[in-house]
Amino acid sequence: MLRHALSRLAALAAVVTVAVSVAGCGVNNIPTYEQTAKAKWSEVLSQYKRRADLIPNLVETVKGFAAQEQQVLTSVVEARAKATQAQVQLPPDITTNPEAMKRFQDAQNSLGGALRQLLSVVENYPDIKSGQNFLALQSQLEGTENRIAIARRDYIEAVRVYNTELTTFPGRIWKSVLYASAQPMATFDIAPAEMQTPKVDFGTKK
Amino acid sequence: MRALAFRHMRAGARPASPASPLRPGRHGGSALRRGELLKPRGQRLLAVLRQARLQAIAFIALLLGLLLIAGGTAAVAQPKFPPLTGRVVDEVGLLAADSRRALERDLEALETKSTDQLVVYITRSLQGYPIEDFGYRLGRHWQIGQKDKNNGVLLIVAPNERKVRIEVGRGLEPQLTDILTKLIIENAILPAFRRNDFPGGIMAGVRDIRDVLLGDAEAVKERARSAKKRTTGGGNAMAVAVLVLFILIAVSVVWAQSMQTAHPGRAMRSRRDARRQGDSIIPSTWGSSSGGWSSGGSSDSGGGFSGGGGDFGGGGSSGSW
Repeated sequence: MLRHALSRLAALAAVVTVAVSVAGCGVNNIPTYEQTAKAKWSEVLSQYKRRADLIPNLVETVKGFAAQEQQVLTSVVEARAKATQAQVQLPPDITTNPEAMKRFQDAQNSLGGALRQLLSVVENYPDIKSGQNFLALQSQLEGTENRIAIARRDYIEAVRVYNTELTTFPGRIWKSVLYASAQPMATFDIAPAEMQTPKVDFGTKK
Repeated sequence: MRALAFRHMRAGARPASPASPLRPGRHGGSALRRGELLKPRGQRLLAVLRQARLQAIAFIALLLGLLLIAGGTAAVAQPKFPPLTGRVVDEVGLLAADSRRALERDLEALETKSTDQLVVYITRSLQGYPIEDFGYRLGRHWQIGQKDKNNGVLLIVAPNERKVRIEVGRGLEPQLTDILTKLIIENAILPAFRRNDFPGGIMAGVRDIRDVLLGDAEAVKERARSAKKRTTGGGNAMAVAVLVLFILIAVSVVWAQSMQTAHPGRAMRSRRDARRQGDSIIPSTWGSSSGGWSSGGSSDSGGGFSGGGGDFGGGGSSGSW
């Protein structure tokens, strides 16, 4: 009776030991890294959404002072519509589909370009620039652009770790044995000019 | 494990060598074939040999894997950050010792009250990075803020680049919003910096950040509204105190001298003595008082400060002057 119990205990200990040692050699890495990368991707999306949410207010503020800049305003509104649509109709496989990723990024980039243009136009209107409302919006916008840049960088880093795990030695084996459906994830190519956060000049340099 | 494997291999190789003269040119034969040759010497040797080979292969594979992992997770390019030596890291020497200690006490009081960690960093160089980029990386590197709250704030001043930034940890972003940090930079910090009053600007910035963190954002906004009217605020208390100290000392010296001159009956010698005495009094009081402060400061605020594991996601705002 006692021997029986002892052997059971030994078996249990063996199972636990094996589980722990196997986990230590990276069997869980692929799902872990994948979840991390997905979380970083949602952060990217939420920051883009935050930017899109700021735009109507910005456009209204500028419109109040400079209705003659209709062309720039329209281009911002259109770019926002496109970017929002791209985000709403996001294909479910976006993170593993480089083409869909590129389309999404293109839409966001054109919005970023239109915004930069709008902000540079505003430079010509001291009334807008000095308004408290605009200052608040501008600081939010600047902060959001900065957060987008960081979220993108974090996502790229997480994907790099995940993709590396899929293609290098221990992970490669685990992929073929356990996670056959794991696909490398897509990142975005960043043009050197976009590596920097868009600088918003508050006109504080005198 | 490695030593064990090689010992096994050596142990296996020794009995194998006498077998090779029987069949010259068969050194590279498979384990199976060598096993056949070794059969008269017993199955156990074969088993040992096989095990040794397996272990060696496993070991090499493991080594390779480790190398690959190490190569794969090589760190991305980062600026070089100094160690977090305290709540105020001043690479430039912008702050005098006493205002620096006052600042450290303020920052420590803030943490004991709200657990928010606020660190002031005055950098010699941003190493070519935009300050927004530099800021969040430094925040993550130092791990300012508590791990579960991410409630760290960094005030970064780069005098050489003429840039300043308030970097807000993820957890404090709803409280210390971008707009508020912008207000603080524009209204409390930059006006003083433009007057080259760096300690004053930093003090005012820290005071405003602290007020926001302790839930008094309205006071900060109010101060921002009346910023133009305000010339010297509470943030300059330290400067005022130093000024008062100077005046007191000057008055006392003048008074002592006038006391001496008020008694013309005494000889020139005693006047010289008095002056010598006055000369010696000032440095001695300064020396003793600063010595007392420094020991007190290092015991309560310098020791054992470290980041709590907070994360940064790009909150805050920057300014330049």
